[in-house]
Parts: sequence; C-alpha cells; structure tokens
Amino acid sequence: MSDILKYFRQNRLPHIWCPGCGHGTATGALVRAIAKLKLDKNKVVVVSGIGCSSRAPGYLDFDTLHTTHGRALAFATGIKLSRPDLKVIVLTGDGDCTAIGGNHFIHAARRNIDITTIILNNNIYGMTSGQYSPMTPKGMLGTTAPYGNVERCFDLAKLAIAAGATYVGRATTYHATLLEDLIGKALINKGFSVVEAVDQCPTYMGRKNKLGTAVDMLNWLKDRAVNVKAAAVMAPEKLEGKFLVGELYNQPEPEFTAEYMAMAEQVRRKYDNFQGGVRECGQNSD
Amino acid sequence: MTNAKLMQGNEACTLGALAAGLDFFAGYPITPSTEIAELCAEELPKIGGRFIQMEDEIGSIAAIIGASLTGRKVMTATSGPGFSLMQENLGYAGIAEVPIVIVNVQRVGPSTGQPTSPSQGDVMQSRWGTHGDHPVVVLAPGNVKECYELTFKAFNIAEQYRVPVIVLMDEVIGHMREKVILPDIATLRIVNRKEPETPAGYLPYEADDDGGVPLMARFGQGYRFHVTGLFHDDTGFPSNKSDITNRFTRRLLRKVEKAEPAIREYFTESTDDCDILVVAFGSSAMSSLSAVRKARASGIKAGLFRPKTIWPFPEDSFKELAAKAKRVIVPEMNLGQLVLEIERLVGCKAPVERLSKVNGELFKPEEILSRIMGGAK
Ligand SMILES: Cc1ncc(C[n+]2csc(CCOP(=O)(O)OP(=O)(O)O)c2C)c(N)n1
Repeated sequence: MSDILKYFRQNRLPHIWCPGCGHGTATGALVRAIAKLKLDKNKVVVVSGIGCSSRAPGYLDFDTLHTTHGRALAFATGIKLSRPDLKVIVLTGDGDCTAIGGNHFIHAARRNIDITTIILNNNIYGMTSGQYSPMTPKGMLGTTAPYGNVERCFDLAKLAIAAGATYVGRATTYHATLLEDLIGKALINKGFSVVEAVDQCPTYMGRKNKLGTAVDMLNWLKDRAVNVKAAAVMAPEKLEGKFLVGELYNQPEPEFTAEYMAMAEQVRRKYDNFQGGVRECGQNSD
Repeated sequence: MTNAKLMQGNEACTLGALAAGLDFFAGYPITPSTEIAELCAEELPKIGGRFIQMEDEIGSIAAIIGASLTGRKVMTATSGPGFSLMQENLGYAGIAEVPIVIVNVQRVGPSTGQPTSPSQGDVMQSRWGTHGDHPVVVLAPGNVKECYELTFKAFNIAEQYRVPVIVLMDEVIGHMREKVILPDIATLRIVNRKEPETPAGYLPYEADDDGGVPLMARFGQGYRFHVTGLFHDDTGFPSNKSDITNRFTRRLLRKVEKAEPAIREYFTESTDDCDILVVAFGSSAMSSLSAVRKARASGIKAGLFRPKTIWPFPEDSFKELAAKAKRVIVPEMNLGQLVLEIERLVGCKAPVERLSKVNGELFKPEEILSRIMGGAK
C-alpha cells in the first residue's frame, strides 16, 4: 500500500468522482503498474484532456498537465519529442479520445510515438452528465439519445491497431489485475501503447439505462467480456454482444522520437556549424 | 557587408526566431506562412532542436505548449484558417502562462478566402479571438528586417512575461524580398524565463497581484507540479473561489498592461508638425509612408504613425502625437479594425477617417495620397 501511496498527491484527495465510479479503479491499476516498474517519479509526465477521467492526473505525484478537451495527445507529443527520456502517459476519456480527440489519437498511433495512452471508457460523457459518446453501444440511452442511440460505436482496440499502435490491450474494472498487468506491458513497450479500461458510470450511464448499482454494472461488464485466448476457440455466434479483453496486439516497430533523433544526428554530422539558413523559398498556394 | 542578405519576410522571421533561441517548432502547412515551417524543418535538426508537422493547427499549438513546459523556446506559424483553429489553446497558453510565439501571416478571409492575397483582417481576432478576458501581445512588422527583429522580440516578451505573443504579418510582408543586414547575434540581448532554484517550497503560480510573473519550472526536473486550464490558485491546482478568480484574471491582464511602456515600439515620420496623421501598420504602412513623403514634397503637412506593438497599443505615445492633428486617416486592408482603437484614442478631438481596402490587393501610395489631399471618402 505505501508503495502506491507515494505516487499520490495525498493532500489532493478525496477525489471528485461519484461513489461507484470506475475511474478510481482504473487510476489505481495505473499507479500499481507504475509502482511495480519502480518508475522514477521525477521522470514521468501524465497528461490528460477534459472530462471526469481527465481529473485523475491532479491526484498523481508527477509532473501533470490537464489540457483542453481532446488535445492531451497533441500536448503530450510536444513533451515527448522535446524530452524523449521522459515516460509520458496520457489519461483520457472515451469522448475525449475518440470524438473530439480522434484525429490526434490516430496520428499519435501512426507515428508510433512512445506514449502510453489509457482510455477510461465508461461509454458515456460523464462530466457533462450523460450524453452519448462514440463508444456508447447502439440502442443504449443517453440524455442526447433519449430514444436509444442510433449510431454505431468504435471498436477502439481495432481502431488503435489499424492506425499503427504497437501495443494494444483491453480490460475492465472488474478485471482490475488484468488491467494492471496490461498497463505494465504498455508502459514497457517503446512505442504508442493503448490500454482501454472499460469502466462503469453508475450515475449517468447506469441510471439512465437502469443498469443498477455499481456492483451490478461491474457484473454487466464481466458478463460481456471474453478473454482473447478463450475467444480464439469460441464459435463466432457465441461472441455476439461481447467484447474481447486481454493483450490484443503487441508488435514492436521503430519509434518516432528515436527515428527523429537518429535523423537529426545524421544531419548534425553533416552540418557541424550552424550558419543560419538562407535559401530560396518557392511560392506555393492554398 | 558580409551580413547583407536578400531574403523574404518569412525567412527573416524564422532567422529572428532562431537567433532568439527557437528550438521547437510544430506546425501545419498553410499559405502564405509555409516557408517558415519549411525553414524550421531544415534548420532545427542541425542545432539539436525539434520540428514536427502536426495533424492540424490545434495539435500544432498544443505540441508547442507541451514543449515549452519542458523548457524549450517554441513557435508555430499559420494563416487565417489555422489561426482560427488555434484559438482555444491560445487561451490555454494565456491562463496557464506558457510562453509561446505564434506567427500569423494574414491572408484574405473569412474561411479559405483568398490564400495568396494580403489582408489585415485579423487585427481584432489576434486580440480577442479566444474566449474570456485573456492576456496576449501582438507585434506587427512593417518590412522584412522587422520580421527578424520583432520575431526575436516576440520570444523575449513571451519568456519574460509568460504570455502568448503573436507576430502579425501579412502576405506581402511574408513573401516580399528585401536586402536585410542582419545584426551580429552576439550583440542581441536574449531573455530567458525566470526559473525557480529548487523544488522545495515551489508554488508554480505564486506572483504579485499587481501583474507579477510567477517563476516557471520545467517538466522532468523534479518539481512535480500541476498545470491546468482551469482557474487555479498559486499551487497550480483548480480553485472555484471567487476571490482567486478575480485576482487571477486581473493579474493576467495587468501583466501585459504593466509591460506596455517597456515593450512599446512604433515608427514615426514627419509627425512633429503634422496636420494630417496617417496611422497604418504592416504593408499598408509601406504605401502610407510613400504617400506621406509625396504629400510633404508638395508642401502638405502629413505624418505617419506606425505601431509595431499593436496590442497593447502604444496609447500614451500615440495620444501625444495625435493631439495636434486636424485629421487622422487609417488605411487598412479590412473594413475597419485598427481604426476602432484609433477612434477611441482620438475621441472627438479630430475626425478619424477610415480608408478600407478589401479586394485582396495592397494599397497604392496614390490611393492614400489622394485621401491625404482631401480626396473621395
Ligand atoms: C471544446 C470543448 N467542447 C466541449 C466541452 C464540454 N465537455 C467537457 S467534458 C466532456 C465529455 C467528457 O466525456 P469523456 O471524455 O467520455 O470523459 P468522462 O467525463 O466520461 O470521464 C465534454 C463534452 C469542453 N470542455 N470543451
């Protein structure tokens, strides 16, 4: 326990989350993974966007940056490119990451920049009190989907893999130890790593959809989650309405900041002395 | 002259930034600013700096704010459509007090407008583009050499006062080539942000209410501090207390107000005894200067006031000069933006005349001369 406490800003607690909210469990899994890896507190930067989930960094004793809605990964990209030696972690919500921040998400994945992104996916916009998000399952209710959500949702893990992430895992707050384990592996991967933490919002998602208490919601998550290894030998119709948990992708590839530094090293060898660049600039348009 | 070079405004701007210590650039291509990004992509890797082409302008300004928090000197460059996208995070840099420089090479707007034509339509946006009362400094170069000098200065101001600084150019200033004699870098005074000496007892936003500037630590140096775009107290953590919100908002704006005498810069020509005062900036001021000289040659007492700091406007200096003027003419490539500030400052003491041009072409000196001579309004 004391191992974990030292990573918290204890004077900032208690947190703002509602009773039964899953964001604390997911944050706990992150901190346990960090503690297990014995990361140096002074070399970790945690960046978030806006939302209930994005309040987590305020409670963590690192350099922490609470940015604008959807933009955490873009701020984090600046930090990581400036200081490749730092461990950069992004904490984001499902709306923050996949709606307003979707563009930054796919491009961070495409670059394979060494940032560990943990998405606290409660399938709803929590902070603005229960509107549907791009992760709200079809048919479910939100305050802006009073007749049931007619939109399809993302498979976030598939999206991350297709965009180029080199480590992708998913677990729920019911599978808290699996979650911790996946986050640990994501932190070790040198590249863009994504862990989707599917969690519960009893206050908005739960009440609106009559899903019961936080415990009922955890069971609801458990019942729909299938481990990827078990799924491999299951008939497709058995997987309907379910989602996979576990390590979904792990394929190391050259990392962006390392590639940039290697390029710069070559350039520097060629131009030892900076003379000031004066050259002809073409005229382009649009 | 070894240092005399023929160069474009955009190049001069980039060289001024490099001289000031620029070592991180993030941007997204857009005419007429792109040469700045291209030159940064080429030069920064040579000096241990970083360049990244982001997925859009929102990401570009976000990335430079992140990099600035690690201690780098940062810049992005854009034009109208991209400048519009940057507004939310411009406010972030203001409230979080992160030094950044944004170059906006203006083109005709709104929307995609006219990408390759000059305009001065972003005067008000550069001051009030993001929501809420916020601090910002805007500098406007009037020739290629000033692109160098004012971009250099923009970094110094950003670092000293922890404010976003906008270098407001236009397509003509950005693309025009002039012979420039660059200053010897060794003679330039570079300002760096004030940093704390030790993490012990560090309060990231502790500052004098009267426009004080807090000490700025870097990420990754053991300070473990928090930065947010929410209103915060001197610990950096969010606060909803009305007293803190009030004092903080006032301090942010007071910072810039208090800096005005130290950062103010303007150019004047023949203003000592002028009856007709022309007020213009950027490329409109080049035509205005020529018009004023022609008017003088034919015996008319015309003068030019050209602000280089637009926001904050050099109010006191301007008021003194304008006190004697019988007419004030404000040529600008928009339908009347800077003129609002001039009207406010002149009051009823003299008629303030608008001279607007919005056809995507720059002013001909004759157009301004004819107005000086009392031509059609
Ligand atoms: C540009 C912008 N648009 C909208 C908002 C309002 N807003 C704040 S949080 C939020 C949604 C957050 O949902 P999610 O990312 O799923 O996180 P959660 O609160 O559920 O943890 C929205 C829409 C905002 N702050 N900024």
